[in-house]
Amino acid sequence: MGLRTYVITRILLTIPTLLLLLSMVFLVMRVLPGDPADLHFEKKATPEQLAEMRQKLGMDKPLWQQYIDYLWGIFDVGYLLEHHYPNLGKSMQNYEEVGGQIFSAFPATLELAIYSMIIASIIGVLLGVVSSKSYNSVLDHLLRGFGTVTYAIPVFFLGIVFQLIFAVYLHWLPTGLRLHPEVSPPVGLIIPLNPSSTDFFHNFLSSSIAGVVCAALCIAFMKMKRVKFKFKGIIISIAVFFVCWFAYAYLSWYFICLGRFQITTGLYTIDSLLEGNLYTFFESCKALLLPSLTLGIILSGIFLRLTRTNMLETLRLDFVTAARARGLSETTVTYGYALRNAFLPVLTMMGLQFAMLLGGAILTETTFSWPGLGTYIVSRINYRDYTAIQGAVVMFGFFVAIVSLVVDILYAYFDPRIRL
Amino acid sequence: MTEPKIKRIFPTHLISSFTSLTKRGSSGWMIVLGSIIVSALVIMTAIGPWVAPYSPTKYGVGPIRSPPSFQHLMGTNHIGQDMFSRILVGGSIMLQISALSVLICFIIGVPLGLFSSYIGGFFDSVVSLVIDAIYAFPGLVIAIAIAAMLGPGVINMALSIAVVYIPSYFRIVRSQVLSIKELTYVEAAKATGAKWYTILYRYIFPNVIPSIVVVATINFADAILTAAGLTFIGLGVTYDIPDWGWDLTNGKTYLASGAWWIIFFPGLMIILLALGFTLIGEGLSELINPKLQR
Repeated sequence: MGLRTYVITRILLTIPTLLLLLSMVFLVMRVLPGDPADLHFEKKATPEQLAEMRQKLGMDKPLWQQYIDYLWGIFDVGYLLEHHYPNLGKSMQNYEEVGGQIFSAFPATLELAIYSMIIASIIGVLLGVVSSKSYNSVLDHLLRGFGTVTYAIPVFFLGIVFQLIFAVYLHWLPTGLRLHPEVSPPVGLIIPLNPSSTDFFHNFLSSSIAGVVCAALCIAFMKMKRVKFKFKGIIISIAVFFVCWFAYAYLSWYFICLGRFQITTGLYTIDSLLEGNLYTFFESCKALLLPSLTLGIILSGIFLRLTRTNMLETLRLDFVTAARARGLSETTVTYGYALRNAFLPVLTMMGLQFAMLLGGAILTETTFSWPGLGTYIVSRINYRDYTAIQGAVVMFGFFVAIVSLVVDILYAYFDPRIRL
Repeated sequence: MTEPKIKRIFPTHLISSFTSLTKRGSSGWMIVLGSIIVSALVIMTAIGPWVAPYSPTKYGVGPIRSPPSFQHLMGTNHIGQDMFSRILVGGSIMLQISALSVLICFIIGVPLGLFSSYIGGFFDSVVSLVIDAIYAFPGLVIAIAIAAMLGPGVINMALSIAVVYIPSYFRIVRSQVLSIKELTYVEAAKATGAKWYTILYRYIFPNVIPSIVVVATINFADAILTAAGLTFIGLGVTYDIPDWGWDLTNGKTYLASGAWWIIFFPGLMIILLALGFTLIGEGLSELINPKLQR
């Protein structure tokens, strides 16, 4: 099986998994005993209140129709393009759009997840290499102990201990939040647009030029790769032309409506750098350090053990001995030869651990009052806001599905055996 | 000739098997250490109500938030309850929840895995797809969703945790049965006309037990941590029952005042309990498939 076939199969396989996940979430939220609307009012609601809520949330319809509405809402592209977030229903608390609330909370979780993943892999892989190099020594046993203990520590306990040490006693770092309340959040890169470029003809022309340029680049790439420029090549370049044309037209229309060119990732560290505001960058790093370190240390144990096992197996192989025999330094042999080969399983593990990381992120966010999806879920639980919980769970599901898809494709790209 | 039955007055054989375990290298030590930790904590929780110096639920047995002293070995919390007494009895909820969830997982996951992989075909593919979807999902998120719907309580928490960990049982059983069912002795059993359930129960199941035990012990640790997490989020049992998870959650509110003892001791207990089970699980898994014995 070629890489392309594998990628296509993998993408197609994601669809039933996602559908299954969505159905299970629906099943848990609607079919399990207990009516969400009734539970929301703690069973103290008048029938009128209940009827009003059911009518506003569309819960008065038959169950199958609710299911269709739910799925249709999630995959409604028109809604997505209009609001820039999917239709996940309305909140029980204040009938606001759940999708909007979730999408404003999501970047915080993403930022936390990315940085803790980086910290976990750096700590885990380095300590794993050290542990495997000093096999069966005291250091090795200590590091293995570290790996086991991190597995048994509740994330939030480590977070609280860090807070106690670094925030309450030492006053080095803040106890929580993404940014000090007095610092205004970064907005990212903003370039004001020249108002003369807002006319329709100008926009049409420039997007056509962009389409042609992209198609030309595509043709040049195919020539370079010596793809036979027959029917398929023509179709591909035409498709590229239209896609680029549309994308350029849509984006420029969007920015023109906005009145400025803006890139806001929602990740404070990146936004503050785009803005060129080093003070905000420094502040957001300070706030990010404790939560990501907490989650990173908890996760690093798994990477440590995996790296150690793989390194021990790899270090015994013939090519490592051969490299040593050629007189290469031990550092080159370890990091340049053995680690490169032992790293692939760790990479797969990173994908698998992403789900666990998100679970840990909920607890870490709650500990550090980090305004992400986890804090959102927990606050909604206190309000018994079941539609919002459902929406957040769906969001988590999509996130995990996409990450595992990307990791699987990356893995297949790096290790051709997986595609066979 | 049958062996005469020796009535053992003192369980020396247990101790000798324990000490022989430690000669098996690190995995044996892990099992022994883990068992000691777990049994100590279980005994502590069992006899806790009788040895606790104060009533664990009575308010104001001491000053509010007083640091550890001789009167109150682990200090007191925000309403003057003695932390040491609460620690002594507080493990019971967590142990109940995790034991119950392990039991539920075992009852559902193992037969499902045995049956599904034995008959194979369409049923197997569908069940595997569903199980894999649950497996890939963040466990805590599922547990939160289910626990939020079911409401607080020991049985509800155990159920919501069980849903998360059924896939690990199913997957390990399924992968083992897939290879075991091709073995010749199973074929021989089939040839003698044994029914499918006899083959599953008599011939295949005993061979899967070691892996299930490993999964179950590691699952025990996971269930403890998930239960603590659910409690931390506010989906746990109510406050009038002493529970380590609740004490830890409650202590977070008084963090800024520097009252470290309210959170430190319950947290330590949870870590110890989870660590005990993790050690047993890891030791057992190393004992069963010794991959890296050079």
